[in-house]
Amino acid sequence: MASSIHKKDGWNSRMGVILAVAGSAVGIGNFLRFPGNAAQYGGGAFMIAYITAFLLIGLPICWAEWAMGRRAGREGFNSCPGMFNVFSRHSLPKYVGVLGLVIPVIIYMYYVYIEAWCLGYAVNTLTGRLHFPTVADAGAFFSSFTGASENGSALGFKVDQVGVYLIAVFFLNFLLIYRGLSKGIEWFCRYAMPTLLVLAFVILIRVLTLGVPHAEHPQNSVLNGLGFMWNPTKVYLEEAVPDDTGLITWVRVSEVVGPRLRKDADAMAQSERYRVTEVSVWKQLRNPQMWLAASGQIFFSLSIGFGIILTYASYLKRDDDVVLSGLTATSANEFCEVALGGLITVPAAVAFLGVAGLAGAGMSTFALGFHVLPMVFSEMIGGQFFGFLFFFLLFLAAVTSSLSMLQPGIAFLEEGLALNRRQSVAILGMITAMGTLFVIYFSEGLKALDTLDFWVGTFMIFVMATFQIILFGWVWGVDRGLVEAHRGASMSIPRVFGPIMKYVTPLFLIGVFVLFIVFNVLGVNFDGESSLSSYVTDLIGEHPDRVAWMSVSLILLVGVFFVLMVSGVDKYRDFHRKGGRRQS
Amino acid sequence: MTTGGWLIMLGSVGSVTLLFACCVIKVMKDPFNPEETLHGFDPDTPDMPDEEEDLDRSL
Repeated sequence: MASSIHKKDGWNSRMGVILAVAGSAVGIGNFLRFPGNAAQYGGGAFMIAYITAFLLIGLPICWAEWAMGRRAGREGFNSCPGMFNVFSRHSLPKYVGVLGLVIPVIIYMYYVYIEAWCLGYAVNTLTGRLHFPTVADAGAFFSSFTGASENGSALGFKVDQVGVYLIAVFFLNFLLIYRGLSKGIEWFCRYAMPTLLVLAFVILIRVLTLGVPHAEHPQNSVLNGLGFMWNPTKVYLEEAVPDDTGLITWVRVSEVVGPRLRKDADAMAQSERYRVTEVSVWKQLRNPQMWLAASGQIFFSLSIGFGIILTYASYLKRDDDVVLSGLTATSANEFCEVALGGLITVPAAVAFLGVAGLAGAGMSTFALGFHVLPMVFSEMIGGQFFGFLFFFLLFLAAVTSSLSMLQPGIAFLEEGLALNRRQSVAILGMITAMGTLFVIYFSEGLKALDTLDFWVGTFMIFVMATFQIILFGWVWGVDRGLVEAHRGASMSIPRVFGPIMKYVTPLFLIGVFVLFIVFNVLGVNFDGESSLSSYVTDLIGEHPDRVAWMSVSLILLVGVFFVLMVSGVDKYRDFHRKGGRRQS
Repeated sequence: MTTGGWLIMLGSVGSVTLLFACCVIKVMKDPFNPEETLHGFDPDTPDMPDEEEDLDRSL
């Protein structure tokens, strides 16, 4: 009997697992992607779409993953192929479960590179190297630091090159993952998450007390920054531009925020050349791109569809609560995103660059974080210190996320190949190191990173999440799933979530996925015209891109590797032969 | 910043803050997890054998 007792890795405490899941969800997207999206689409309309997506996609999938993970963990499975195998006798689910390995492993390969940028920027800000007079200078440093200017140029090891930071963060991640679930991930998140919150509060206070940093530009203020981010009605100044036939097209010149700019815009609109237009919340809500952006934000922000929550939950005990824990981890992510990210980044940028300056510099994740904000901190009083805090905060957020991306792979190697932790870490370390080297070497225009992010970090996640919720609602059964979720629960899931999980969430996800394909893959615009997105033309266009092809080949290679591994795991076949899932 | 902007911002920030605070308080007060209050500064009991499950299997 004694020989049958095995050592099982697990969580030390409930707060530990909540912090680990929250840490997995809170990443650089909370502080850079969310503010950019909300400001672009108008705070009011975006928040309506965002909250809708949170209730219809975020919470249901989150609870489903927690319940499925804990249930499958009770059968001794901690990785997606094994877990999906528990819920169906067919072999298809366990092969779809390979997505739950490919997604985190591939994302880790480029995410650790971005993590190294955060650490590098923190060090360079603290040592006073990041003083840029213009956004173009900040962009030039970014290209040089990340190697975006030329393939192979990221492999330098000077203090203003990414190489040395990459080695440091890669080593840190694997050291923590080697220490195990409780001594590594949980231990780190117990310190990192509270530290992250403290840093964010310090930066938030600094930003909200900026007022009007330059008296000569009173329109560049924190208040206008908050308005740019949260005002429900977007106001634009438009210019009449005649074409060759004399037909006039109205082109947006700038967004108008604050009474001073509004007064100037109204004065300009006295001439026939300009006009001021207002886009209401209701008009913005008719924009499918905004729904896509809001759903995508919820999706990626909560780390649903990655296979991570499933894996983390599989280490819970039978009567550990999953409902309140899931909601707490989710709410921690929402707090960091809306209450901290939503009040820091854009208001600070507008206070120094103005609305037009920020819009000109770009509001994508990388533009906002690594072009705009270094400029902002170099102009801010005490900016060297606060800039360091901000990039260190991003670094902590990134580490807690990247750690979670390693655990599913480790869990599979331990469970499927019966390897010990040391062997699993060594194998996964080699696989991810080769992938990361590929991403770093082909750094020109960040092509490899961008291609992997699109096909894995967006496309595959949609597929995986849709499959998961169908498995939960239709194969396992939503009633059985909810009974399982309520075992040991500290609170109840509202009854309305039953039909939501079974019908609404899959339909909503499929709808968003169709929108994604139409707009982001087929490149259809509002005029009904279509031009295939560059991600497709890079592969099958007239001039295929070599790096894009190699990136897709890397995804396929990793996928085939895991499929072959999964097909040889006796434990999965034996599970159903021995009677399958226990009823308890 | 317009009145609508203030309402949206305060509503959004307030609601997520309230949700987060309520969840944390509920977790802290939850009677089902007495080990939360028992652990020391750096708890070191990660690899407990899951005897119940193994006994289940062996039966």
